[in-house]
Amino acid sequence: MSIKASTRQVDSVTVVDLSGRITLGEGSTVLRETVRELLNRGQKKILLNLGDVTYIDSSGIGELVSGFTTVTNGGGQLKLLNLTKKVHDLLQITKLYTVFEVHNDEASAIRSFA
Amino acid sequence: MFIGLSQQGNPRGVPASRMSVEKRVEVTLESTLESVNQAEQIAVQFAGKAGFSEEDTHKVGMAVRESMVNAVLHGNRYDPQKKAGLRLELDHGRLVIIVTDQGEGFEMDHIPDPLAEENLLRQSGRGIFLIRAFMDELHMRRLEPRGMEVRMVKYPSVESSKEE
Repeated sequence: MSIKASTRQVDSVTVVDLSGRITLGEGSTVLRETVRELLNRGQKKILLNLGDVTYIDSSGIGELVSGFTTVTNGGGQLKLLNLTKKVHDLLQITKLYTVFEVHNDEASAIRSFA
Repeated sequence: MFIGLSQQGNPRGVPASRMSVEKRVEVTLESTLESVNQAEQIAVQFAGKAGFSEEDTHKVGMAVRESMVNAVLHGNRYDPQKKAGLRLELDHGRLVIIVTDQGEGFEMDHIPDPLAEENLLRQSGRGIFLIRAFMDELHMRRLEPRGMEVRMVKYPSVESSKEE
């Protein structure tokens, strides 16, 4: 199963609900295009909900990092929500857990953008 | 698409029940993205049948995936004339995995440390680091006249039931 992405607006924040696998190929491309499209529409507060993401490989990690730097350099904020244990562990061992702002509760994550 | 199989291994053509008695699987794969997914599936199935825990099986699958990405993308550069090899073997409870390519090869010393502050936000360069993190042993060497061989070993953890 590859990745699926859908977006919804909560106050000023765009929540991207991702599910499936973020891996080299389609998975990474979908994530990249989704973030790019949001930036093009002027959406600069982005919350990636990874609760249903079952798998991320190094390419997927790279895409998360790329999205983060692209949004940040554009004056926006990209944060992560609902990491599974596998994704959490991956971000820990790659030292990226300290780079990303990670939330476990959507409401508090939304408030953190204010 | 598999283009070559050892007489001991055909993970797609053999019913899963027969996989349980196999000690070795060897396949030759095209230099495609699909091969990366196939290699991961083969490794996950093999490790699972060998009695490795779910967590270890996940790690093995991910290590093989990253190795195969290196082989077909960075090594063979998707060249249809070049093949990637995958061999999985049970050796006294250890899972020994060898991934080969026919590319130009590289030096381990030339791979930047992905944990270094200046590299943290790089988009790529974490594959080998993850393989090392997920496997118990990692050895890499150049092949003659060309290519790389990645040899990985996974020991069964306490939770894993040993097959042998």
